Amino acid sequence: MLRLEARPEPSRAMVMLTPIIAVVATMIAGGILFAFLGNNPFTAIRIIFWDPLFNDMVASYTRPQLLVKAAPLILMAIGLSFGFRANVWNIGAEGQFIMGAVIGGGTALALYPLESPLVFPLIIIMGGLGGFLWAMIPAILKIRFNANEILVSLMLVYVAAQFLAAMVTGPMKSPVGMGFPVSRNFNEYQSAFNAELLSNTGLHFGVLVMMAVVVLGYIFLTRHIFGFQIRVSGQSARASKFAGVNPHTTVALCLGISGALAGLAGLFEVTGPAGKLSTNFPLGYGFTAIIVAFLGRLHPVGILLAGLLMALTYIGGELAQFQMSIPAAAIQVFQGMLLFFLLGVDILVNFRLRWDTKSKEAH
Amino acid sequence: MNLIKTLLAGAAVATGLAGAAFAEDKLKVGFIYIGPPGDMGWTYEHDQGRKAIEEALGDKVETTYVENVPESADSERVMTQMALSGHKLIFATSFNYMDHVMNVAKKFPDVKFEHATGFKRADNVSTYSARFYEGRAVIGHIAGHMTKTNTIGYIASYPIPEVIRGINSAYLAAKAVNPEVKFKVVWAYTWFDPGKEADAANALIEQGADVIMQHTDSTAPMSEMKKHEGIIGFGQASDMGQFAPKPRVSSIIDNWAPYYVARTQAMLDGTWESTDTWHGIKEGMVEIGEMTDAIPAEVRASAQELADKLASGEVHAFTGPINKQDGSAWLAEGETADDGTLAGMDFYVEGIEAEIPN
Repeated sequence: MLRLEARPEPSRAMVMLTPIIAVVATMIAGGILFAFLGNNPFTAIRIIFWDPLFNDMVASYTRPQLLVKAAPLILMAIGLSFGFRANVWNIGAEGQFIMGAVIGGGTALALYPLESPLVFPLIIIMGGLGGFLWAMIPAILKIRFNANEILVSLMLVYVAAQFLAAMVTGPMKSPVGMGFPVSRNFNEYQSAFNAELLSNTGLHFGVLVMMAVVVLGYIFLTRHIFGFQIRVSGQSARASKFAGVNPHTTVALCLGISGALAGLAGLFEVTGPAGKLSTNFPLGYGFTAIIVAFLGRLHPVGILLAGLLMALTYIGGELAQFQMSIPAAAIQVFQGMLLFFLLGVDILVNFRLRWDTKSKEAH
Repeated sequence: MNLIKTLLAGAAVATGLAGAAFAEDKLKVGFIYIGPPGDMGWTYEHDQGRKAIEEALGDKVETTYVENVPESADSERVMTQMALSGHKLIFATSFNYMDHVMNVAKKFPDVKFEHATGFKRADNVSTYSARFYEGRAVIGHIAGHMTKTNTIGYIASYPIPEVIRGINSAYLAAKAVNPEVKFKVVWAYTWFDPGKEADAANALIEQGADVIMQHTDSTAPMSEMKKHEGIIGFGQASDMGQFAPKPRVSSIIDNWAPYYVARTQAMLDGTWESTDTWHGIKEGMVEIGEMTDAIPAEVRASAQELADKLASGEVHAFTGPINKQDGSAWLAEGETADDGTLAGMDFYVEGIEAEIPN
């Protein structure tokens, strides 16, 4: 029988290579899938991975759009990665993302039509705070009652979605929206609009904050005592106690940071690219961010690359849909393969396959 | 070795072909869909319209589509990518694409946009919709005759004028043939969510409704109705004929094909202009699907007569005297509603015992 045996020391080179192997394997398996659907697999792979970056007609637009699409994913994934390293499992970034958008966006709507340079900084703080407080619920329940943070944070996603629905069908509904459950458009409110900073670059404040967080995340993880503490907590709870790490502080910090970053991502998204609060605002970014965090090996630089890769498959996937009539479902399968292969290759890096033989058992 | 050669050749051909594809001078027409063409409802009919363009205009056009496009920045990006890759006519087939259509249209003055059910227009943005309320009147007429519990359930999507208009129109027609009739309305706050729609259907059945109308796009309510004896409903947006003869006893079909073909032809002829179109049974944009034997012959005949009169203009679905829900007068005896009021309708007519959520 096949048996998995842990490798004493996984090869460092292989750990770095797994994402690349996973991408190549996805291209091959995806290519076979597209071929079965009657499409030329080479064209499909080229359209998905190459055209958004280098095609003459669309790339000047899609390249900056990669940043726009990836920014919220990367921002959230970096927050999550701290917790995941420390065995604190915040699965509810989606809910914190929504709450950041509702609280921050709601603050802006309450201030409308006040024009002031203070509005934007204020709503950024409120957005971050919204996500932070929402994440404090599972943190406090975990610390006080040892409630499982996976369940609590996940359940709170649905509570947040209902709260959003109640807000946009009630107090935050646009007076000029023809009855639709949508808020006022933020691009009609100069002081709160998260505009493109340079035209046709896609750069908005959220992208800048994302880049800063990548750098800060790197410093924290590698140069700061906090990075050491979460790594120790993740490896051994007992050892971390000896190292003087307070597990409660770790839980609160990990959930708090990931919540605040998710809240910020939600605020930048709603006041910029999305443009308005509506029941359709949550698109699952908080869940995709979990994939991005693991695809990026829980490392800030890896997450940056993983987020961009994920954005590439979205944008390239759209191009493939209308240029080759590949169904949206096939594109989703393709994205799913990416995670599947990553996890699969991961196992082979950390474990080796062994044939279990009788003689061995006897021994 | 041979295999590698074949693969390399394939790759080379792929790169070459793609270059050529961009150089063709066919008219490229793009569609963005809110759901999948397989929803058998709203998006299905838009996709039928797209196919009709290909059939009618053949190799002069090339049509493309992207499905499941959220009403968010994603829609703006998809439309921009279409415009950049040579599409000259883009159909955006859901209401909340509106602001995104306007944004993209501003950046691409040479590309024409057609936005379904919206109300914002520009030199290169047209809007179009169908007088679904005429169809609602016909099925309301049938429902009024068919209900035994005098309770008609209504699965509504969003409290916007289009949906409220449909509820009013169906209610007035049902009430005209059955003064005892009551409407129960459930707001699903979605256009397409089979789970929610099924729940809504069950909730209405539990409240005693034996006829159910839907203004959501999936066939899930039909599947639920099928599980219960004696519950009937109507196909929404597409015929949903797979549920005939019961529970689906008739349907309102959105037929976009003639409009789509005409607009694309106008692009080819260079005569495309920004317009606002609102067509009904007369023009064939709204069709009444086959009425099955589950409906008594005399009701089928009277329903057909109503449809014919709506088409000829002899009857208007909103003909006075009609009061608003609060009892204030709206239309005097013989007066008919003007399009402006209908387009912005935000009130129920007298007799509906429900509230519009806000």
